[in-house]
Amino acid sequence: MSEPSLSGDDIIAEFVDVHRHYEMGDNVVRALNGVSMQVARGDYLTIMGRSGSGKSTMLNLLGCLDRPTSGEYRVGGRNVSKLNDDDLSNVRGTEIGFIFQSFNLIPQLTVLENLEVPLFYQGRVGPESRKKAEYLADRVGLGQRLEHRPLELSGGQQQRVAIARALMNDPLFLLADEATGNLDSNTEAEILNLFDDLRAKDNITIVMVTHNPTVAERADRTLWLKDGEVERLVENDRKAIGAGGEA
Amino acid sequence: MIRDSWRIVRLGLKSLMLHKLRSSLTTAGILFGVASVIAMLAVGEGAKREALERFRDMGVSNLIARSKKPAETQSSSSQSAWKALAYGLLYEEANLIEASIPQADVVRIREIKRPMMRGEYFHTSIIVGTEANFLEITNMEIKEGRWISKTDNDRLTNVCVLGATLARLLFPLENPMDQTVLISGNDRYRVVGILREQGRTAGAGSTPYDECLFVPIKTSRRRFGDEVTTRSGGSFSRERVELNEVKVKMPSSDDVPDGARILRDLLDSKHKAQSDVVVTVPLELLRQEEDSKRMFNIVLAVIASISLLVGGIGIMNVMLATVTERTREIGIRRALGAKKRHIIQQFLVEAGVLSALGGVVGVVIGIGLPAMITYWFDQTTHILLQHVLLAFSISAGVGISFGIYPAWRAANMDPVEALRHE
Repeated sequence: MSEPSLSGDDIIAEFVDVHRHYEMGDNVVRALNGVSMQVARGDYLTIMGRSGSGKSTMLNLLGCLDRPTSGEYRVGGRNVSKLNDDDLSNVRGTEIGFIFQSFNLIPQLTVLENLEVPLFYQGRVGPESRKKAEYLADRVGLGQRLEHRPLELSGGQQQRVAIARALMNDPLFLLADEATGNLDSNTEAEILNLFDDLRAKDNITIVMVTHNPTVAERADRTLWLKDGEVERLVENDRKAIGAGGEA
Repeated sequence: MIRDSWRIVRLGLKSLMLHKLRSSLTTAGILFGVASVIAMLAVGEGAKREALERFRDMGVSNLIARSKKPAETQSSSSQSAWKALAYGLLYEEANLIEASIPQADVVRIREIKRPMMRGEYFHTSIIVGTEANFLEITNMEIKEGRWISKTDNDRLTNVCVLGATLARLLFPLENPMDQTVLISGNDRYRVVGILREQGRTAGAGSTPYDECLFVPIKTSRRRFGDEVTTRSGGSFSRERVELNEVKVKMPSSDDVPDGARILRDLLDSKHKAQSDVVVTVPLELLRQEEDSKRMFNIVLAVIASISLLVGGIGIMNVMLATVTERTREIGIRRALGAKKRHIIQQFLVEAGVLSALGGVVGVVIGIGLPAMITYWFDQTTHILLQHVLLAFSISAGVGISFGIYPAWRAANMDPVEALRHE
């Protein structure tokens, strides 16, 4: 298990003086104003801040859903700041695993079909993708629910599906947006334990945007944003919980 | 590739199943469009075939020149009853036609009304004097015996061929073959053949061929002459007519326009003033009929297309609603790596599936509809496979073209906005 380190070559995501400005009429809103940060392989980073601090903007940029106004965003060493729409879609599809607050499963599809969506856009759906879906469903503790519809599952189960879906394309990192925001505290604990377990066993890198301090504390480090700038980067006392925390 | 396409289609079906009623109502719009296109084309095609049938009886490669009694003028009515009224086609004109259109087959026809008897059975009908090639030119068939031969004409033999109806009228109990028919009370003709039932008329509105008796034209001329005296209400009228009709069969329908021009040139010089000869070109009539039918068909097609257009607008409407409703799904898919073209593809397929479903049901109904039209309105209909395919592909095309804009809108949503959409 690699210790999170900023000095290694294992930097998989990196902001270099990233600005994101929006023009609102005559005003320019500086949502991000010169943010630099790094995420290393195996890292568990949370991003905190009040609303309006630039969390969402940062999430969108990290997820390649948006492009910086200036500065560089590197994913796996590759500058993606200037990529066109199709190339950005590819980066999203191959390097990033999205987990959303409201799960965002596609209701008319079964669990299996939901899991296959990311691979479908890579043209990689087939017997292997099914095998992989079965494996990951098992890995996140879903068991035999592949043929169910999302609405037949509980919130915690849906989020497990979403986590499995995020892992289907073997991403460089998981990008979670308030992943436990819609869950009760027990389920929240289960999901956070699952994250810990994934890190411990599979060396999965996690970046999570949250406003919940107890969730943020579970990570190695917390990046605090304020007014579009990095306020501070905190090494949390609490290191990753060892294996076995998963429910 | 095929598996992926099937996956996309299946996904489309699944998404449409989310709103069964809405999808089926939209489908109905296309359905009626397709059904009406097929039905209207079938009606048009049926009418066309009916016309074609009618003119094929006359022979599409034939030209017909027929003598017509000129309209009575003052000079003709004041004419002495002792002088015969002469009009119509002449033998020498027929010869001239034969010489001027060497590639054509020409048959001369003389029609005279006479009473005919066989024992106690009696019937007044038309004696058609004609030649050996009549049968082929008019596309008629012999049922029994033989047709009038060239030799019959050369030797002026007293033989006759009976129309099917006439054969039954004069010989209800016995086989007419080799029996004799008495004409005008003193002339005996031996029956050498019987025609198959034709079910059509000789000239315009005259006695059906089935009721006629056919003799060699030279025999007819020798026995009955060119002049005919009719008595009506105590007064006589005498007419002199050499030929009632000349039929000219061109080698093929392509030669008809040339033949028609020559024939008209020949006859116009002599007959235009008196207008006692009418030239009928079945092919021209057919073309006229087709022209008027074509206009009719265009109107039908336009009406049907409007219903398809309305169906298309319905699809667009529903697809726009779908795209708005599923904005979040679009955002999710984009976040998971879908490119714009994937989104376009997805919604286009959905629109296509929607209209293709309507198309399939529309085809089924459209095939059934003409049968009902035939049954209730006694209108001939004919369904062509290409019309069915046409209607179906138009429906798919409508669905796809009206799906383009909604799909484009879906693809060009900002993924960030789309994900935030509630």
